[in-house]
Amino acid sequence: MAEEFEITEEMRSLIGKESPPWTYELTTTSVRGFARGVGYTDPVYFDVEAAKAAGYRNLPAPPTYLGTPVFIPGQSSDTFSGPINSAPRVEHGLTGLLDGGTETEYFGDLCAGDTLTVVSKLAGLDVRQSRSLGKMLISTTETTYTNQDGKVVAIQRGQAIFY
Amino acid sequence: MALKWDSIQEGDALPELRKKPGVTQLVKYAAGGGDFNPLHHDYAFPQAKALGSIIIHGRFKYASLGELVSNWLGHAGRIRRLSCQYRGMDFPDKEFVLGGTVKRKWEENGEKLAELELRAMNEEGKDTTPGQAIVVLDA
Repeated sequence: MAEEFEITEEMRSLIGKESPPWTYELTTTSVRGFARGVGYTDPVYFDVEAAKAAGYRNLPAPPTYLGTPVFIPGQSSDTFSGPINSAPRVEHGLTGLLDGGTETEYFGDLCAGDTLTVVSKLAGLDVRQSRSLGKMLISTTETTYTNQDGKVVAIQRGQAIFY
Repeated sequence: MALKWDSIQEGDALPELRKKPGVTQLVKYAAGGGDFNPLHHDYAFPQAKALGSIIIHGRFKYASLGELVSNWLGHAGRIRRLSCQYRGMDFPDKEFVLGGTVKRKWEENGEKLAELELRAMNEEGKDTTPGQAIVVLDA
């Protein structure tokens, strides 16, 4: 538990720096796999004909599914499947980690067959005092998803809490 | 019958969604979502041993809030924004109940919008994953 913690200039200098782009794919199989993992029974996420009847061009991405990062051994995280070289590492020395929350904003539709270019950046750092955890560092990462037509279809913000 | 913006009221409750995922369901989610953190499937993993159990992925609960909204919308609209906060751990084979309420509805730039307040209640009656959504309805 940190009694004293401050955001240094060095940490602050990482805000806004973008990761190299990475490719994420949505396929009929990946959409079904995600929908099955969540436990959906809605045929629109499984059956292309049902999806088309509901007005989609192919199986739509269920909410919160933004494609699967292309996995390449040595370049991808074996645990989390995303690119290893994503948002910059903040050297804060805190060892505890909690997932604070997730927000997704949609600007277009995502369907099987789409290929997304994904870039993430450290969007903000904040220090808060917690009664049980002491000084906490709240790190916000912003990830932008751009489709094959160059349209930004989603932005996701995630909060990591270090303590 | 398709959901209509005109027929929803502020204060309306979304039909509840009950979930009681076991380890097999969590393995399916890990495969579908790509998060293979052993904390979500391996009881021998040190952090799981320390907690006495594996825990449900926060993102599984987030996606489940999305499923709740998707079921309610019935494809008569789309999600503009969906967020949640992770306020507590949930464990496999324990039921949690996802629910929501229409907080407000309004029109903006010719679009028919609604804001939803969402929750995931565990067996002890604690909301471990409060959430918010803004949806656009077709009509």
